[in-house]
This record gives sequence, structure tokens and C-alpha cells, in this order.
Amino acid sequence: MRKLALSDEVLLSVSQPARYIGGEINMVVKDPSKVDVRFAMCFPDVYDIGMSHLGIQILYDMFNRREDTYCERVYSPWTDLDKIMREEQIPLFALESQDPVKDFDFLGITLQYEMSYTNILQVLDLSQIPLHAADRTWEHPIVIGGGPCSYNPEPIAEFFDMFYIGEGEVVYAQLIETYKESKKRGDSREQFLKAAAQIKGIYVPSLYDVEYNEDGTLKSFKPNCPEAPETVEKVLVMDFANEVYPEKPLVPFIKVTQDRVVLEIMRGCIRGCRFCQAGQIYKPLREKNVEYLKELAYKMLKSTGHEEISLSSLSSSDYTDIEEMVTYLVDEFHGKGVNVSLPSLRIDAFSLDVMSKVQDVKKSSLTFAPEGGTQRMRDVINKGLTEEDILNGAAEAFRGGWNRVKLYFMLGQPTETVEDCEGIALLSEKITEVFFDEVPKEKRQGKVQVVASTSFFVPKPFTPFQWAQMCTKEEFLEKARIVNRKMKEMKNHKCLKYNWHEADVTVLEGVLARGDRKVAAVIEDAYKNGALYDSWSESFKNDVWMQAFENCGVDIDFYTTRERSLDELFPWDFIDVGVTKEFLKREWNNAMNAKVTPNCRMQCSGCGAKNFGGGVCFEN
Amino acid sequence: MKIRIKFSKQGNMRFIGHLDVMRYFQKVMRRADVNIRYSEGFSPHQIMSFAAPLGVGLTGSGEYLDIEVLSTDSSAEMLRRMNATMAEGIHIVSYKKLPDDAVNAMSLVAACDYTVRLREGYAEKLGTTNADFMNGLVSYIANGNLEIVKKTKKGERLVDLKPLIFDSAVTEDGEGIFLKLSSGSANNIKPELVLEAYCNSMGKEFPAFGFAINREEVYADNGSEQAHDFVTLESFGEDIE
Repeated sequence: MRKLALSDEVLLSVSQPARYIGGEINMVVKDPSKVDVRFAMCFPDVYDIGMSHLGIQILYDMFNRREDTYCERVYSPWTDLDKIMREEQIPLFALESQDPVKDFDFLGITLQYEMSYTNILQVLDLSQIPLHAADRTWEHPIVIGGGPCSYNPEPIAEFFDMFYIGEGEVVYAQLIETYKESKKRGDSREQFLKAAAQIKGIYVPSLYDVEYNEDGTLKSFKPNCPEAPETVEKVLVMDFANEVYPEKPLVPFIKVTQDRVVLEIMRGCIRGCRFCQAGQIYKPLREKNVEYLKELAYKMLKSTGHEEISLSSLSSSDYTDIEEMVTYLVDEFHGKGVNVSLPSLRIDAFSLDVMSKVQDVKKSSLTFAPEGGTQRMRDVINKGLTEEDILNGAAEAFRGGWNRVKLYFMLGQPTETVEDCEGIALLSEKITEVFFDEVPKEKRQGKVQVVASTSFFVPKPFTPFQWAQMCTKEEFLEKARIVNRKMKEMKNHKCLKYNWHEADVTVLEGVLARGDRKVAAVIEDAYKNGALYDSWSESFKNDVWMQAFENCGVDIDFYTTRERSLDELFPWDFIDVGVTKEFLKREWNNAMNAKVTPNCRMQCSGCGAKNFGGGVCFEN
Repeated sequence: MKIRIKFSKQGNMRFIGHLDVMRYFQKVMRRADVNIRYSEGFSPHQIMSFAAPLGVGLTGSGEYLDIEVLSTDSSAEMLRRMNATMAEGIHIVSYKKLPDDAVNAMSLVAACDYTVRLREGYAEKLGTTNADFMNGLVSYIANGNLEIVKKTKKGERLVDLKPLIFDSAVTEDGEGIFLKLSSGSANNIKPELVLEAYCNSMGKEFPAFGFAINREEVYADNGSEQAHDFVTLESFGEDIE
């Protein structure tokens, strides 16, 4: 029987003990004494969320294919266990071997959203690893961050020994070899860090010095040793079509968010929505080979026993062979005890046809993400969806028997006016009118329902909107009130529903997203005063955060509402994501002029990603 | 065709709750290519039912579930296939064909066997030894007052445990106790209830985490209220050659 780090007393007094025992189907078992490198891979949130993350499944599989490495998993203990571990000084452990994380060679932490930052400190703290990289010795693991938030790592830079900028499949092998050589040579930790800094994609924050102007903006950002490059280049997989993919993903005992086989069909996006970070940092678009995907679908369903399969990408309708792939899944698996969960496809004759095959039309709803309420707004954000597209799609769906529509919008994007906010209500109303026009009275089953949801816009690094002034909390809420008021004025208001949420978290996310090294103190102060699981509304403590800003003398508005000049040096400018700052500036200007930029398949806009030498840039 | 599966749930699997065990077995059916029957309708589910849920923290050696299949290979082959895809701690013990008119396992359950041991360190905490505790428990069951207040959804009621304890004996090594207890929908008693009553009778607080409990077997009653004839759920089925 595998040993457990926690006693029965502890496990039986916390909720969901299965989060902490490992032993799931397809867990990799190795003898830790027979490997050179022990890698703890962490998602700094609760198991149920972390286990649903595709990236970790990919890296877990990749590392464990190496004979010299044992990759294990770590998640944030839930608040009940967190309390017990602190009281009893139980060190945080990895699920596979149940050994303390502090004894590992590496602790890799995935940075998926800014509001997980206090959980990073929790993981370090419970692991009994010093919070600050500067205080660590060879006694401690090398703490490395990766994932979307590492494209502006500065607010958390002092907690990490290094960051991996780019896609995990590329240079981890090189990093592990470098580590082994360093250890063999008897290098100091600093010598190893310097060696690692020479690997493309690896950023070692301690090797860079930062200077600020009097107004608080960045003056300079320079390496402090010859080993560190001036700019850190993103690394990405260029032979993506047949890139190795996990055939035996882990199968949790408890029900997690993503309880299904997930097939990644492509990376990157051709669309260029101006608010979207993923659209820029994963450029260029690269597709998986459809025959390989079919083979994977079979193998993964068989090895996991999952009852559902879905496809993952930023915009599935843009996958060249989407019709072939979806048709295959439906024909092959539907009706054989496997649900085919369709990705969000463009609403057209094809998608409605397959949806009617795999879903109960009466119970399911259609989803559109116009993101902006008027055509002018959608032109500003470069969202290619027109009102005509939406109304035609809705009409076709209503004729097919659907009567529920979900709409997603963002509030607070640059240049937004009252009219744009009200446009959300007007568009929703128009959809209900389409229903009444298209479906004769005798054929109506239940009434039409349109649910509009808004989220608040946070400007992100490496997007054309990185220069944007963010709204204040009050401005956000006022915009939501405008929408709500207009909704109630609509003739068919009884068919309309409007959802929005609080704005406190959004403001914080804004600070962390475009923050610099000065923000680290705030995160640490908030953590030490009880902030944890900030992305969970039930545990979010806004007052603790506000106090932390005050304690550290850090001004929220400097990071959120301040107007940034086009030539300001940003904390993340030392990273080269392929897309140039010149292109982003052009796009920012296009946004201000409500000028649409064609997608990558229509016309190349010269963003810079072509330099990677592959993907959609070379399709023709 | 109806199939009865007997399995054991040991070791770390004691932390997996009943609902998750159900989900686990649904996935086993697909991994092991069991040609299980699905219900009709838009979201078909597997025809599968469990005899009796086992509480989190307990282990079991004779747990049961019933399934319906459209076709099957031999019992030996099905055992091999399912056991090839098990999590450590769960093991399929038998796979037997039931008569077509068989009653499902859940409604058959009448009694369960348990072995109970004190976890390390708890005898000292209770100011006794393992052997003394177990011997005392056997004589308490034989001679003591076993009327307890049982909390139910409808409120509290007085229950006499004595007629619901069919058998009790100290285990061969003298360190544990064997209990045969009434189970099922009518008079379900858990071993914790007996242990708590005993601890209370000694004026000790019941240590919730103090016992390692293994459910050994689950029985149907072929006899009557007056003359029980307990037979294992497994005995209703036959091996498929």
C-alpha cells in the first residue's frame, strides 16, 4: 500500500480527502531513488480545478517519458486542510510519492490567472520553502513559473528563481540536462541560474536590474551579468501537427471541472480580437493532424473510460478539418455511451445539424460572444461577428427548435459609450423579435429566453489594449446599471435576463496584470494577512487587499486608470513574443479609429509571428 | 443478462466516497470493454446498482454491484480484463451470472459481517489494551444494556441493538472483534453504533477515528425473522465458463 503523507485523523476530518491521496488511474509510479531529477508540478488552486488543466497533463506525460525524471503533482490544499497543516507543521507533499515538495529538484508552478498569486505563496509557505528566491539555497527546489501570466512575471518575479516563457514542450529537456550538468560539476545555485538563463525562453529575474523614473514608470530594465540576454524570446512548438500528446491522461476519483477527454486540436488564433491576450501570445495558429486526432480520441477514451469527449482550441470553427473531426466523433462515439461535447462553434447550418444530433434541443442553449453591444464597439475590438451573423444564426436555430440564447459581452473597453452599453439590451431584444418573427405561434414550445452576461474588461500585456486606461470600480458598476436599466425598458423584457458581477476582483486583476516588481510587496502583505483563494468569491477578502496597498504605499490607479504614453517602457517589454510592439501600436491606433483588421487567413497584417517560420503564416 | 460483481476496496481507497466509487466503476466498464446495457432516452446511463454504500474511512472485502450486459465473455476473462485496469486497492473478486428473475443486490441486503480493530495508539488513549477492549465488548453485547437513542431524519427514537447483532466474537489473534450486524433498508445498524454504545457504557468518549473497520461480507436472508438463513450475495450467481 502506498504510504500517505496525512493521517486518517486528518484525512477524515477534511472535505474531499481524495484530493490528497493520489493513486488515480494512469498515475505514473516510479522509484524516486532511481531518477536524477524530481519535478513537482503545481497548479496553485484546489485539486478539482488543477486536475482539469490540460497543460499539466501534457507536461506530466512529457516529463515522465524521460527515464531520468519523475514528475509528480501538487495542488493547493483547501482551506480546511491548510489550517491543519499550519497548526501541525505538516510540509506540503506531492500526490504520487507523498514526499515533501521541499525535497524536490524543481517546483514548477503554472500561472493561469492573476488571482491565484496568493495561492503561490501558500504553496511555497506550506512546502517550507522561503517565499523569496533570494533566500533559497541548494537545499530548496528551483522554483519555476510558466503559463499565460508568465508573459508579465514582474509582480511575482521575486518569488521565482526562473520563468519559462513559451510552450512547455520545447526547452524543458535542455533545462533538465543543464541542471544535471550543473549538479555534476558542483556549481553554485547562482552558477546554475546563469547557465539556465542562456537557454532560449528561460528568464531568471535575479539577473536583471530595474530602474524607475520619478513618476514611477519604468526607466530601464537591464541584465546585470553577461549570461542573461537583453530580451527573452518565447519558445513554441513548430512541428505541432504531430506533436506528442498524452494518450493516458489521469482520471480523478472525484468529479472535477473537466471530467472528460480533452483533445487539443490547434494552438493560436487567426482572429486578432484586440482585448485578447491568448490570441497574441500563442501566435501563429498551428493545427493538429486530423488523422492523428482521430487515433488519439480512441486511445484516450479507452485508457480513461471517460464518458465524454470534447475539443479544445481558441476558436474551433477555424480548424480546417473541423467538420470532418466533429462528424467523426459523432458517428463513431455518439450513442455508444460516450457524449460528444461540442466546442463553441460558429452558429451555421453545419453546427446546428450536429448539435441537434448530440444535444437535447429543448434543454440546450446557443451561445454567441459578440463582446460589444454595437457594431462600432465590435469594430473597435476587432470582433468579426456582425449583428447580421448573430440574427441569422439565431433565426436558423429558432427554426431548428432552440429557444434559448446566451450572449457574452465585455464592459469597459476603450471608447465605450452609453450607446454601446445600451446596445447590449437592444441586441438582446432584437433576438427575441427574431424568435417571434420566425416561429409561428402554434409551433412555439416554451418561451424564448435571452441571457446576456457581461464581464469587466481588464487590459492585458501583449495586446493592442495594453495602453488602455482601465475603468474604476464605480465606472464599471455604472455601466452595468445602464445595461440593466435598458434591459428593463425593452418591450420583451420578460424574455431577457441580465447577469453581471462585482468589480472588486476586476480592479485587482488589473493591477496584477500590468504590474511591476513594486506590486510583489502588496501580494505578500495581502497573503500574510489572510488573502487566499482570491478567485473564489466566498474567500475573496477585498479589505485585506486594500489594506495591503496602503501598507505598501502602492497606488492602484497607477496600474489601472493611468493613461500610458505610446513610448512608455513596460515591465514586460523585455519579452519577445514574436508579435512586435510596433504591430500592437498600429492595432491600438486602428482601434481608436474603429478600423477592422482582417484575420490571418484573409490577409497577413505583418504582426511579426511569421518569423517563427510556420503555422498559418505559411499556409498558402 | 444480469451480472453480479463482487469486489474489495482496501487500503487508500477507504477515502473514496460511495458516489465516486460509482463513477469509478462506470469508467471501469468502458476501460474493460464490458458490453454493459444503457438506459433509453437522451442521456443514457449504465444499468448498474450497488448493494450497500460503504462509509468513507471503512474498507471492504465483499462489496457488490449488479450490472446488466448485452453480451459477455467468461467470468475468468472478464475478471482479467477488469483487474487489468484497477486502481491500487480495488480488486474484482468474482463476476457471476444471475438468473433472469434475480432480485437486485440492494433489496436483498439483510446482514453484514465486520471486523473491527483499534488503530495504533487508541487502546492507550482509552486506558485499556486491544484484547481487554475486545473481550469487554463481547461480554457487553452478551450482557449489557444496548438500548440507544438513534438519530434519524424524523427525529430521535429508542432502538435496542441486541436483536440486531446476530453474532460477535473476538478474532483469532485476540486483538479484534468480529460482528454480524443487521443491515438493509429496515434495520440498518452500523458497527460504529455498537462501538459508541460500548464506549459510552464505560463512560469514555467514542473516538471517531479510533477504529479500523473492514466489512467482510454482505448477506441476504433466505430464512425468516425467527430463523435466519444468511447466504452471501455472491451465492445467487454462477460462474460463466
